[in-house]
Amino acid sequence: MKICCLVKEVPDAAVQKRIDASTMRLDRSGEKNLNPFDTHGIEAAMQIREGGAVQVDEIVSVTMGPESAVRALHKAVALGADRSVHLTDEALAGSDVCATGYALAKALESEQPDLVLLGQQSDDGECYTIGAVVADHLKMPSLTQVIKIDVAEGKLTCERQAEYGYDTVEVALPAVISVGDAINEPRYPSLKAIMGAKKKPLETYATSDVGIEPDQVGESGSKTQVLAINPPPEKAAGEIIEDEDTNETVEKIVAWLDERKLL
Amino acid sequence: MAGILVYALHDDEGNFNKNSLGAISEAAKLAGELGAEAAAVVVGDIADDACAALGAYGAAKVYRAKAAPEGLAQPVVDVMAKVIGDEGFSYALFGGGLLGFEIGAGLTARLNAGVTMEVTEVKVSDGKLIAERPVLQDSAIVDVGYVGEPGIIIGRLNAFDIVERNGGSAEVVDVEVELSEWSTKATMVKRGEQRGEDVNIEDAEILVGGGRGLGEAANFKLAEDLASALGGAVAATRAVVDAGWYPYAAQIGQTGKTVAPKLYLAAGISGAIQHKVGMQSSENIMAINKDPNAPIFEFCDLGVVGDLHKILPKLTEAIKAKKGG
Amino acid sequence: MPVAPAEYPPAVDAAAEFVTAPSDPEAIEVGVAVVGGGPAGLACAIKIMQLLEGEPELAEELGEVPVAVIEKGKVAGAHLLSGANMRPSAMRELFPDLDPSEWPVYQEVTKDAVYLLTRKRALPLKPMPPNFRNHGNYVTSIAKLGRFLGEKAEEAGVYLLAETAADKLLVSDRIVRGVRSGDKGRGRDGEELANFEPGSDVIAKATVLAEGTQGHLTGAAIDYFGLEGLLPQRWELGVKEVWEVPNPLDRVIHTMGWPLRKAAKHNEFGGSFIYPMGEDKVCIGLVVGLDYTDATFSVHDALQQLKTHPFVRKILDGGKRVGWGAKTIPSGGYWALPRTLAVPGMVIAGDGAGMVNVPELKGIHYAMHAGMYAAEAIVKALKADSVNFDAYDQRVRGSLIGDDLYRSRNMRQPFSHGFFVGGAVASLMKITRGAFPGGRWHQRPDAAEPMRIDGAGSRYPKPDNKYLFDKLSSVFASGNATRDDAPNHIRVQQHVPREVAQTWVSMCPAQVYELADEQLESGAAVVDLNITPSNCIQCGAITAKGGRLTPPEGGDGPLYQDT
Repeated sequence: MKICCLVKEVPDAAVQKRIDASTMRLDRSGEKNLNPFDTHGIEAAMQIREGGAVQVDEIVSVTMGPESAVRALHKAVALGADRSVHLTDEALAGSDVCATGYALAKALESEQPDLVLLGQQSDDGECYTIGAVVADHLKMPSLTQVIKIDVAEGKLTCERQAEYGYDTVEVALPAVISVGDAINEPRYPSLKAIMGAKKKPLETYATSDVGIEPDQVGESGSKTQVLAINPPPEKAAGEIIEDEDTNETVEKIVAWLDERKLL
Repeated sequence: MAGILVYALHDDEGNFNKNSLGAISEAAKLAGELGAEAAAVVVGDIADDACAALGAYGAAKVYRAKAAPEGLAQPVVDVMAKVIGDEGFSYALFGGGLLGFEIGAGLTARLNAGVTMEVTEVKVSDGKLIAERPVLQDSAIVDVGYVGEPGIIIGRLNAFDIVERNGGSAEVVDVEVELSEWSTKATMVKRGEQRGEDVNIEDAEILVGGGRGLGEAANFKLAEDLASALGGAVAATRAVVDAGWYPYAAQIGQTGKTVAPKLYLAAGISGAIQHKVGMQSSENIMAINKDPNAPIFEFCDLGVVGDLHKILPKLTEAIKAKKGG
Repeated sequence: MPVAPAEYPPAVDAAAEFVTAPSDPEAIEVGVAVVGGGPAGLACAIKIMQLLEGEPELAEELGEVPVAVIEKGKVAGAHLLSGANMRPSAMRELFPDLDPSEWPVYQEVTKDAVYLLTRKRALPLKPMPPNFRNHGNYVTSIAKLGRFLGEKAEEAGVYLLAETAADKLLVSDRIVRGVRSGDKGRGRDGEELANFEPGSDVIAKATVLAEGTQGHLTGAAIDYFGLEGLLPQRWELGVKEVWEVPNPLDRVIHTMGWPLRKAAKHNEFGGSFIYPMGEDKVCIGLVVGLDYTDATFSVHDALQQLKTHPFVRKILDGGKRVGWGAKTIPSGGYWALPRTLAVPGMVIAGDGAGMVNVPELKGIHYAMHAGMYAAEAIVKALKADSVNFDAYDQRVRGSLIGDDLYRSRNMRQPFSHGFFVGGAVASLMKITRGAFPGGRWHQRPDAAEPMRIDGAGSRYPKPDNKYLFDKLSSVFASGNATRDDAPNHIRVQQHVPREVAQTWVSMCPAQVYELADEQLESGAAVVDLNITPSNCIQCGAITAKGGRLTPPEGGDGPLYQDT
């Protein structure tokens, strides 16, 4: 079985995120890190390999991003991936969800994976859906927010929490599964693995290498446009009650709750 | 025709999901402003009158795909893609919830369309829809417009209000859809299993948060009683979880969960930023704290300066009375 | 009854606990292991790679990883905090082909001023005390410098291992063999969690300890090899904020006086700095010696108090705080340097050895120079198959580092006699280039100062979290996001007299130590301390004042951007 892990480089959680008003895009100049949710995807791949129910021949980490995204790939490899694929091209800058999903699917097509794993969301995009977009392009079944995976030959049994409770779904391979952070506790890379990461094979592809049509990606190929950024609406100053007569205070609270239809 | 197509999710008994009803209401409102119509898509064998009743929320038509399985996204992508293709809808709208996200995303790929998720508001401008969504952990709001058609809008949980109009009845149209090969590759084994103890605080509409002001672990009972009366769940700050008063699964904050319930009632919580970032997007924030200088009073909607040991039990009783009566 | 925290030491035997023999069958071998990705460590690493270009044989001997830098922060620079007005000599020497416009600095200092603050006024001191003159120096963010040097190091072929703590020093036959990296994935009680990953032995021909203030392995090495200096080391605690401001500041400013109290009994030595950072930012910091005697004194809150001064308000008004941090600086100077900076297999460089000229507030360029001297001495010795680096020790002492530290050797101590005596003596020292006063003025460890509960705490302004900030929101602004269930990395006694507890509670800028309300109200003489180690920003103050900080899991702690 070949598993491809989609990973993304995102601004570090501790960095103040801001949108650059001149480009309407996220300012990515500060510290970056491997998207924490993707580490769960890599861990899931490693557990499938170590679980022994199926033979995993290769775990490949794949990312789409600027030059600096190689660091995310090094981290992925330090965590256990065997090699990496870096899709990078100026033409891809500013791609929205539609364009990104298309581009990633094209990169994955050339790898022909049996299973694609990824984290359910990224710290910066907060879109929760890239897996489903990619899956449709790849013509594979897909599930998101999966918190348990059991592997057998040719299929997976997955659990996830949907609108009405926990669903158990059987999925035939090949498939695209995005995992929630509750699925596992990612391992820490060993010092040896970190130091050896740069030596693992890394292939770099441009759009033309994987058959991406330039007019389908990038800012010009995106189907959404950010028209404006605004600060969140100012919260009107709240009301403060000093409790002197508790019965009266409680009455006021209940009235306030009722007014807002919270009862 | 610049119409809006909405997905109407339902459970195994045929009850429609609240967020879907909200989405239909919203679609009807927007379609009205665009001079067009809102329609709904229902998947599975739902009775005629149940489908027609969606008209009460503003759906002019309901497209029903009886044979397609409910509960998984990809068959619905096939259904909606067909309807959008055949009828020429300009927008697809989804209420919050997992399936809405997955279906919307699949449609994005299938129809090469723009998609915006976690949408909190939709407005009309120049005959087009613009979706507003918060970004970067709610630190900013962006306005997103669409290039080409259709545009896909996926709402945040509870973003759209349910509005019933003058008892309209929708026209029910059955559609035959050939499912894509991969849409049949996932099969539901068990749907909607309730797992008792696992109260998922991230989905709760009402949360009562307990902090150090509670004084001791045993006093979490006060928070639990109140949460029970309100029909909500209990959350905790890092400080009390550290002290062993409450489990980590209930922790909210920078190193815990992030929530955005309709009501967050903070009892004995100072409101330090490490906690604030986990609940600041709550629709209504109420705080009870004996320290008038507690930071939480700067960002709550209703602040009560007082002794929670006195207030909470009385509040719980009053709420039970109000709800029971 | 005043009590000294030193009477309640934690049960730590540094030499026994933190020094061990190599024992890892899967040890990693590197040429040179540098502990600490700060100016000293990175300058050393870069210099070694530069020298190796002309030493192909040695380069081959050092193997696949000629130099590894072990850095406990998320990135090089994440744990670095300083003023700073950097002397350019070291940058020029390390990067002769780079123009200062390519350095990670804000601006050259062209105007500086010193003010004596009273409660309401700011009196310019003219002529300016000579130790504050900074013309020709560059306003620099050491956090940015760390990142810059880290990039240069990696470009040169150095393996920069961030998010890695160096937990133990590996020694056998009294020769330093390398270091052991820290474990990851332990729970609150030290238990191994599901994703536990043990540390590894990193074996090196030469080990450079460049850990900065309160170096963990440095402390262990000083203990193990008996390297204490002639006088005990002492520290100052600096708390700093970075602000975006509407009006650019045109000068480098230092202040003395208010809000620090002049009377000798308080022993409040220090001052503030306000530096421009380009057109749109300034930084402001307060640095105070940790030998103060009032248990309720808090540098963080005194900084907030300083901001209420009209002189400071004029600079910060209309602005927005965008960063905060704290760190200790060694202030013992010449007399507190380790008796030797080299033992077989190892050298110590930078703040870890106390290479800081406190009266002039300089240390970054010394650190880098020392790193480069270390590189030269190590390469020369390794070429001759030796791990004797004594030449480095001699080099440092005979260099500008040794000279400068010697000349200012008695400047700090007089301030224990109060501000005016201290000020006068310090100026005289500078003017006579160290000739007066001679001898060796006494200094005792910070933790040995008897503490009493006095009135500093009652004067601090209440935070409004818009202009004046509390500790918790400041910790958030430092980028600290440490795992809650990590083991406690701070060794300190928890059942202590109230004076000692209060000292730690007020001292810590990150609110790691707290006294529960009932403890405060009970009036008991001995109290129990609550510790929240995940707030810790690793400033080192607790080690100065009676406890012992050890490095937490690699990657924990602040993520300073431009402090």
